[in-house]
Amino acid sequence: MSKQIWAYIDHFKGEPLMPSWEAIGAAQMLAEKLGGEAVAVILGNGMDAAVQAAFHYGAAKVIVADDATLADYRPEPYAETLAAAAAEHNPAVILFPTTTRGRELAAMAGAALDAGVIADIIDMDVVDGKIVTTRPVYAGKLLAKAVAEGEPQIISLRVRAFAKPEADESRSGEVVKVAAALSEDDIATKVVEYATTEGGVSLTEAAIIVSGGRGVSNNPDLAPPPDITDENEIEVWRAKQGFKLIGELAETLGAAVGASRAAVDAGYIPYEHQVGQTGKVVSPDLYIACGISGAIQHQAGMRNSKVIVAINTDPEAPIFKLARYGVVGDLWKIVPALNEAFKKKLGKA
Amino acid sequence: MDFALTQEHKMVVDMVRKFAAEAVPIIREYDRKHEPAPLLPRMAELGILGVGIPVKYGGQGLDYISLGLVCEELEYADSTLRVVMAVHMGLCAQTIFHWGTEEQKQQYLVPLAQGEKIGCGAFTEPGHGSDFAHIQMSARREGDYYILNGEKMWISLATLADYAIVTARTNPEAEKPHRGLSTFIVDLHSPGIKRGDIKGKLGVRAGSTGWIAFQDVKVPVENRLGEEGEGFKITMSAFDRGRYTVASGAVGLIRAALDASVRYARERETFGVPIGRHQLIKQKIARMARDYEMGRLLYLEAGWQMNQGLRATRTTSMAKWFATEAAFQAANDAVQIHGAYGFSDEYDVERFFRNARGSIIYEGSSEIHTLIQADYALGYRRDKPLRVELPPYDPEAWQEEL
Amino acid sequence: MNPSTPNGWRCTLKILVFVKVTPDTAATVKVDEAGNVTWGDAPLVLNPWDEYAVEAALQTKEAHGGSVTVVSMGDESALEAIRRALAMGCNDAIRIEDPALAEDDSLSTAKVLKAVVEKIGDVDMVFFGRQAIDGDTGLTPPQTARLLGWPYIGLVAAFREIDPDGGQFTAERTIEEGRQVLSSRLPAVVSVAKDFGEPRYPSFMGIRKAARAKVPVWSLADLGLEAPAVKVRLPELQNPPKREVVCEFIEGDTPEEIAEKLADKILAEKVL
Repeated sequence: MSKQIWAYIDHFKGEPLMPSWEAIGAAQMLAEKLGGEAVAVILGNGMDAAVQAAFHYGAAKVIVADDATLADYRPEPYAETLAAAAAEHNPAVILFPTTTRGRELAAMAGAALDAGVIADIIDMDVVDGKIVTTRPVYAGKLLAKAVAEGEPQIISLRVRAFAKPEADESRSGEVVKVAAALSEDDIATKVVEYATTEGGVSLTEAAIIVSGGRGVSNNPDLAPPPDITDENEIEVWRAKQGFKLIGELAETLGAAVGASRAAVDAGYIPYEHQVGQTGKVVSPDLYIACGISGAIQHQAGMRNSKVIVAINTDPEAPIFKLARYGVVGDLWKIVPALNEAFKKKLGKA
Repeated sequence: MDFALTQEHKMVVDMVRKFAAEAVPIIREYDRKHEPAPLLPRMAELGILGVGIPVKYGGQGLDYISLGLVCEELEYADSTLRVVMAVHMGLCAQTIFHWGTEEQKQQYLVPLAQGEKIGCGAFTEPGHGSDFAHIQMSARREGDYYILNGEKMWISLATLADYAIVTARTNPEAEKPHRGLSTFIVDLHSPGIKRGDIKGKLGVRAGSTGWIAFQDVKVPVENRLGEEGEGFKITMSAFDRGRYTVASGAVGLIRAALDASVRYARERETFGVPIGRHQLIKQKIARMARDYEMGRLLYLEAGWQMNQGLRATRTTSMAKWFATEAAFQAANDAVQIHGAYGFSDEYDVERFFRNARGSIIYEGSSEIHTLIQADYALGYRRDKPLRVELPPYDPEAWQEEL
Repeated sequence: MNPSTPNGWRCTLKILVFVKVTPDTAATVKVDEAGNVTWGDAPLVLNPWDEYAVEAALQTKEAHGGSVTVVSMGDESALEAIRRALAMGCNDAIRIEDPALAEDDSLSTAKVLKAVVEKIGDVDMVFFGRQAIDGDTGLTPPQTARLLGWPYIGLVAAFREIDPDGGQFTAERTIEEGRQVLSSRLPAVVSVAKDFGEPRYPSFMGIRKAARAKVPVWSLADLGLEAPAVKVRLPELQNPPKREVVCEFIEGDTPEEIAEKLADKILAEKVL
């Protein structure tokens, strides 16, 4: 009896989330190394399309619980159903994408099955037949190897840490149905409704920041509207157009917008966007600096960013000493081009 | 000898440090504008304006050492915040706590300590600072009132305060001029009072400093603190309270200069190494580190003395003198360490420098303290017991609810 | 304030909030030559996410009446977290310590916390911060709920209403797609993030009381519990690989070409 490596497919109203496919990819990798097969697990209501997609992304088998009680995600019916299915089918490993629901379910499945849970890993290997994972701890300041005893091994994967497999629409496989574990009366929690949230990303908490500096006003070819004739006003108007481009790139990336002190002082953008010694100190995963020279007081505000990208016309700009990637070029051309490139690659075109 | 801070002290420091850090961006903005930063309501809300007064008089029931620790943390962010404590708490509230009758405490001290009213000390005049004994403002007794005439200047919170402790001359005929003075609690909303702000200061620009003019201002006899003729002694004792906050605050400024300098010295490189590796930079930093420790020990000792009910005048004066001089030196060195950047308000050190310069002048100039300390050492000056002593700290009595 | 009757009728909430200490967020955390984690003399503080949980618990108590008990599992250093929570306004505190708990994982901790909830008894709501900034697992809250057999709502952003008498509440939680509004039964376990607002400052009165507080300590024996098995271990910790930052300049003939290359490089960094 070959080992079952489960990959939980997280979805919202039947639409699977991308990281679920990464989980299938990881399950395949483990299946190869441990000798087994990758099995996708889907809980929901009306999940046929998701089941097919799971096969396309490489699941050898799909276990599905399709029931009205599972139409909306709620922890109790999902956790109990998953645990019951695991008790019945004895997977060696259950992988989850570390989405909000994924992490929660992994935790509760672990509690239900009395199994150790390793959360939010960025790497995984099989050493002497045992799974050894790597996960960030202390807010990413350190990396830890983590191992769990017993079976099933319950592991959640950090989003985008594992490769998404290529979809092959010709693939198919066996579908195994399991029952929902709870009846509606047994379930204490009811869904009332869904709502969207407002508000932009807070600068100090943003994982990604796109920032603009003095260079954002530098576009002499851009003609202002006829009613703006004062030189200073023209400069500010141009800068605001430039910050619009930065804002569009930020929106594509789900990023916050930052600025250098020079840009704020010149009136291009309000003070709450200022990054630096006298502004906010930020430490995002990605900091894209557009038209910012990168003097020491700005550096003080962003030097701890994980990856710094700089776009500036001046190859000697100090920002390039901090940057991981640099473009010596005109932000007025590069930023919109970058926006288009990301829109395509992130599937937002 | 137990040098440790209590758990309570540590938690007080943490809390005020957090507030001070949040106040910094506001201070920077108002310092640039030369306008008072609107932080009094928040300080009142957090209870900071009641540190140094027992709970039953509206305060927070924390000891004198806590007041010093609070001032150190406040001035770490900016002198403006500590100036508030110096005048509202030191000169005004604690002076009423020391010399006031029970009625005066209930009527004035309680709202001050609760932060519902703001207090200040109005002693200095345009023509008289160090030479206090010869102040000119008059207070003529007429029936149930004193009529006050004169002008006070360089009064912090002049335009923002509700009450002021004012010393004026009640007896122009007194044989020794200093024996002709009396002290009053004055409601600054009284008719005849005009006040204004003094602009163009070198430092404490986010603070309020002003003048108060008194024209035939009627102050009820019940508002006189202590007895007629005690004004000089009461004023000197008010100065002790104010100086303690200046001393502890200055230690906070030294620490701020030190932390900023260490941060910069570790980051900035010249000649291929961080500048912290250069000896002349090391010298400045070593001096700051040393002076911080020394100033801190002095003010904590003064705080301990007050807790014990011991007269703290000499130690407080020495602490103020030492710490303010050291603070200016530290701030000056910090500007130098920052090089050209120290000359711009991009960094905080130029603000520390401008602020520190004032503290050497006010609350007893360095010159005055030099003479005071010499006279103590020479035996020309001895502390005689006061008619009323500053209440010592008693945790149970001070934390007893109303 | 109405007392609890045998029927469980009450109109105030008995709330528990679980907290722990972690190194300060600004601390430089490293692995030394002996392979041990060290943060120098940076202080241990109340886990920042737990501070938000304490704030949420206090707000909930203020809205509905009741009490908040803060509980922490740990050695004396846990008092740092407990005192902070008391100074913010929690009514009382309990510390759990036992030599057998020297090693733990999320589930073994959840088993202990579950026993604490049951021993205290009559608890209406249990609050957790979303995760601890040392382990960063975020597993203990849902696990504690599952072991108790109580409903769990994670990442609660707001309570729409709480009805202690009726034993019902409605909450908004944060999900990737926005907000999900759920109604559920009390008693329940919730975790919170920052949506309830910045944690309040401790008051000086709170500080005075917290500094003086004598916090009772419970051992596993007091909980009637055997040491739970620990199944997840971290056999090795490492400093993240130091990367010499050398700027890679992206070039191309057109802005579009440069943008393509740059976007690919950024995606490969896995920071999106």
